[in-house]
Amino acid sequence: MIDYTKYLRISKFPLIWCAGCGNGIVLKSILRAIDKIGWAKDEICMVSGIGCSSRTPGYVDFNTLHTTHGRAIAFATGVKMAKPELHVIVVTGDGDATAIGGNHYIHAARRNIDMTVVIFNNNIYGMTGGQVSPTTPMGMKASTAPYGSVEASFNISGLAEAAGASFVARGTVYHVFQLDKLIERALLKRGFSVVEVLTPCPTAYGRRNRMGTGVDMIRWQKEHTVSVQEAGKLTPEQLQDKIITGVFVDVDRPEYVETYQKLVQSLRERAQKH
Amino acid sequence: MQGQKRPRIEVMTGNDACAEGALAAGLRFFAGYPITPSSEIAEILSYRLPQVGGAFIQMEDEIGAMGAVIGASLAGAKAMTATSGPGFSLKQENIGYAAMAEVPCVIVDVQRGGPSTGLPTLPSQMDVMQARWGTHGDHEIIALCPYSVRETFDLTVRAFNLAERFRTPVILLMDEIIAHVNEKVVMPEPGEIEVYERKMPHCPPEEFLPYKFTEDDIPPMASFGTGYRFHVTGLCHDETGFPTNDPVQIDRLIRRLNRKISRHRDLIVEVAEDQLEDAEIGVVAYGSTARAARRAVALARQEGIRVGLLRPLVLWPFPDKEVRALAEKVDHIIVPELNMGQVAHEVEWAACGKAAVHRLNRVDGEPIPPQDILQAIKEVAR
Repeated sequence: MIDYTKYLRISKFPLIWCAGCGNGIVLKSILRAIDKIGWAKDEICMVSGIGCSSRTPGYVDFNTLHTTHGRAIAFATGVKMAKPELHVIVVTGDGDATAIGGNHYIHAARRNIDMTVVIFNNNIYGMTGGQVSPTTPMGMKASTAPYGSVEASFNISGLAEAAGASFVARGTVYHVFQLDKLIERALLKRGFSVVEVLTPCPTAYGRRNRMGTGVDMIRWQKEHTVSVQEAGKLTPEQLQDKIITGVFVDVDRPEYVETYQKLVQSLRERAQKH
Repeated sequence: MQGQKRPRIEVMTGNDACAEGALAAGLRFFAGYPITPSSEIAEILSYRLPQVGGAFIQMEDEIGAMGAVIGASLAGAKAMTATSGPGFSLKQENIGYAAMAEVPCVIVDVQRGGPSTGLPTLPSQMDVMQARWGTHGDHEIIALCPYSVRETFDLTVRAFNLAERFRTPVILLMDEIIAHVNEKVVMPEPGEIEVYERKMPHCPPEEFLPYKFTEDDIPPMASFGTGYRFHVTGLCHDETGFPTNDPVQIDRLIRRLNRKISRHRDLIVEVAEDQLEDAEIGVVAYGSTARAARRAVALARQEGIRVGLLRPLVLWPFPDKEVRALAEKVDHIIVPELNMGQVAHEVEWAACGKAAVHRLNRVDGEPIPPQDILQAIKEVAR
């Protein structure tokens, strides 16, 4: 058992998150991964955008940056380039990262800039009152989709994979031991790494869609997910109402800041010769 | 470096001078998105920054560029972006963030005609009010406005110094003519350039308050990764930097953000005066229009008209005291500008009825020629 208080700003408690929300589970999972790796608090910069999950940096004792809506990855890019020795972790929600922030998300993946993005995917805009998000499944209700969403939803992990991220994984707050490992691997990966975490929002999403309490929603995760390994053995019909979890991408590609620094180094060497 | 000291004389554009001035002021991070007529600033810095160990990035859009600039500044780098009208609009939300979170940075806006995509390759001065009021909420801003290539160099350096000194975003308002005109410039020696570094905290990290109320209203600023762990947010916050809904704290914060600029306005405001000693007519002009105004004043003087030029180098905070003093001295003030009267409105307000204010506006993408200003001078002289 780790000493969470070492990493938390206890004076900022209680958390703003609702009863039954999964965000606290994700936060603890991140802290366990950091503790296991052993990074010092001064070496970490945590950046977020706007939304429920994006309040996370306020509770942790790192260098923390709560930015504008959707722009966490852009701010984080500046931090990382100006101080490459910092371990940059972005915590963001599905709406923050893939709606307003979608452009930054795919381009950071394309550049393969070294940072870890943990996306709290609760399929809804929680903080603003349950409006439809890019990941609200078709047919599910939201305050701006009272008849059920008529839009197709994004596959957040698939998007990062297609855009060129080095590490992409999906976990859930039910499979918390797996989540610890996914986040740890993402943090240690050099390059752009993404962990999409399914986390329940009983208040704004579950209630409207009659999904029960937070516990019921976490049980739903258990029943509706299959691992990448299992998924390979199932037919498309069997996979129809299932969400696949596990590691989708783990590759080594040239990392952006390192590539840029090599360029700086070569220019310096050339200047010294002349 | 060669032993013999000769002044460095170059022919360069305003965009060149802006990039060089930024480097001289200590720029180490630039993020931008291409837009005419500002793009050369990004192009030059993409070449120059890695040479000096800095970093350049072309972001996916202007919003991201402004975000990256703020992130880099918080990590300790002097940071800048450059854009033009439409891109300036996109950056506004994050400029407000920089004002609220007190993050030093420089935003160059090479003005072009608008609204909307307007006139990408033609001059305008239509962003004066966007610079002042573009973002939401109530805060002061600093905006500088050069009228020559050499002055672009100097004011870019000054923009960084003011940003670092007052922990605030500073806007450099150029226009297409200044950006693209080629001029002979005698470059300053490195030793002649005064460079201001941001005020760092000296207390133990556990005592550090990133938004502390200090005597001068400007809190010392630590960089991320230096042992001072703190929280930065665009929400209303207390001295610790954490969000607050306490009316007392909110009021204190917003008033301090405004006061830290307004109370130091005499340190910030800068005007140039030309032949105003005995003037009965004043011309107030800035940026490229001030070049035409200077010529018009010289021509009018040849005809015996007592006219002079007041040229604000700083548009925000507005030089109201200086304009008021002018209004008390002259009977007429002519304000030529490449917009519908954005600064004329401020001049009227500052003149307080002490002098008649005449507008001379051009919004067709063409500069105002000296003859037009001369004619306006002659009309009021009659």
